[in-house]
Amino acid sequence: MENVIEVINLRKWFPIKLGFFETIFTKKSLFVRAVDGISFNIKPKEIFGLVGESGSGKTTTGRLILRLIDPTSGKILFKGKEITNLPDKEMRKFRSKMQIVFQDPYESLNPRMTIADIVSEPLKLLKEHKSESEVEKRVYNILEDVQLTPPEEFLFRYPHELSGGQRQRVAIARAFILNPEFVVADEPVSMLDVSIRAEILDLMLNLRDKYGTTFLYITHDLAIARHICDRIAVMYLGKLMEIGLVDEVTLDPLHPYTQALIKAVPVPDPDSPRTEVVIKGEIPSPVNIPSGCRFHTRCPSAMEICKEKEPELVEIKKGRWVACHLYTK
Amino acid sequence: MPLLQVQSLTTYYRTSRGYVRAAENVSFEVERGEAIGLAGESGCGKTTVALSILRILPSNGEIIRGKVLFHDKDILKMKESEFREKIRWKGISIVFQGAMNALNPVYTIKDQITEAILTHEKNTDKKEAEERATKLFELVGIDPSRINNYPHEFSGGMRQRALIAMALACNPEVLIADEPGTALDVIIAAQVFGLLKNLKRTLKLAMLLITHDLSIIAETCEKSVIMYAGRVVEFADVRTIFKKPLHPYTQGLIEAFPSVRAKTRQKIASIPGSPPNLLNPPKGCRFHPRCKYAMDICKKEEPPLLEVEQNHYVACHLLSKK
Repeated sequence: MENVIEVINLRKWFPIKLGFFETIFTKKSLFVRAVDGISFNIKPKEIFGLVGESGSGKTTTGRLILRLIDPTSGKILFKGKEITNLPDKEMRKFRSKMQIVFQDPYESLNPRMTIADIVSEPLKLLKEHKSESEVEKRVYNILEDVQLTPPEEFLFRYPHELSGGQRQRVAIARAFILNPEFVVADEPVSMLDVSIRAEILDLMLNLRDKYGTTFLYITHDLAIARHICDRIAVMYLGKLMEIGLVDEVTLDPLHPYTQALIKAVPVPDPDSPRTEVVIKGEIPSPVNIPSGCRFHTRCPSAMEICKEKEPELVEIKKGRWVACHLYTK
Repeated sequence: MPLLQVQSLTTYYRTSRGYVRAAENVSFEVERGEAIGLAGESGCGKTTVALSILRILPSNGEIIRGKVLFHDKDILKMKESEFREKIRWKGISIVFQGAMNALNPVYTIKDQITEAILTHEKNTDKKEAEERATKLFELVGIDPSRINNYPHEFSGGMRQRALIAMALACNPEVLIADEPGTALDVIIAAQVFGLLKNLKRTLKLAMLLITHDLSIIAETCEKSVIMYAGRVVEFADVRTIFKKPLHPYTQGLIEAFPSVRAKTRQKIASIPGSPPNLLNPPKGCRFHPRCKYAMDICKKEEPPLLEVEQNHYVACHLLSKK
């Protein structure tokens, strides 16, 4: 089957604004290399996890794929059709098929709109409805789908009357009312209390089963990625370090960065063996990316070659991609 | 005799709509060289407990009842001047939540640490305080040459380390750490928790670690207090809490935490409903609207915190009937 999303060598460099004198005296312009050449694809009905520390470029990638920001270079394909340079007008046709759920349900819902207005807005904007009664019916159905039941009780309430979990359900309803084929979920549970996270994750799994939606799930929390994603990609400073099935990557990480990341995740079991963190220091600035492999400054197994040559992301066994010189010899 | 004992501590916040009952009847104790994890969801009163112990509640906060015994002396009854001179920072200190905002951006880190020393130890001179600040930097693993930097020149992890250094400035016996890992990346957070663990061991600190993340407690603490809606629901050593939790809320909370190293994928369970509004908490057991075992008595009577097994305290009617 063809891929729902295909990303080829995607780049996003944000220029840094310099002051007047700096512009005169600095010869080259500076860039934040947020996404620096990544390629991957997402298969139908898959939950593809994009995992990394803050500042690794996860959110930028999600927004690039939806064309909420324009890439510097590279290609984005949606179901085989290139959408990288589509003008806004033509892009609108795809908007109903690609949606997003944002991280913070306290900020992503307009406080002056009722739930009914928030959820029906995408329908009205993209004129995907025939009559008012159809809008009402679809809003009603989608609220039932996200378990805001009975829907009549929620239709005319405002976001401030709802709890965090309920708000995130509204945000999910808004994304799903257009029946999208692809949804970017950008840390949808990180702002929620632990005891209600599972409900929201379950809801997304149910919606995937019901509508066959494909997800890009962006998260910094490997433990959650382990339990919701099918495949994950580990991102570091704008590059992908490792891609593979979630079970394989979490139980047998190959890239030294993935290994460190997994060792650092605390385990809710006092008897599990404690491991010392081997990685020193912090993620370098995306303006001055280290030469060669961008992880070599923190890598416990760095070699000479790592400082000079950037490792390619290669498939070392079926479906398992790693960008590390340890595996290319 | 435990170093710090909190007994039936009750703290309310006055608001225009009535009292927010943020912490009620909270009791636990911490020994020297021991770390206690205070866990619960946001708004369950964890931070209120910490602020009450240090007597730095916001102006609308009020300690209604209870005792905090430090070296067997009730520090809530002390005069403020005596408390400031003898207890705050010298006896008990705190690493505040949010390393990004807890430091003053217009002073260098050195100035801020020496200020803490000079305020609390009146007869130290400035030079000695500066030397101590340098030693503290070494202790928390930052290059002492960076001591004259401003907070914006530090990364998140270094700021958190600087805050820990500042909390240790006057050699306290009890260290309270309020969510020291949030806002940090996993690897950096793991480094910070490793540091706290080492400091606890080498300096024989009694530590109170406040967090919403049970996994962190499993990794760093010896004992754990689980709070729900302002009340302690369970208190035991970490192994008992994780292996044999008795309160339905603790059980639910533990099931809600996925493990990255689990051999097979688990289903993450959730607790239906959401935490109550503390302006008007439910009658009886505060957890009963979300509890799958709720009985009639749970709606009427508040369950007392009972020692069901040695050193294992639970507040639940399921266990108090026996």
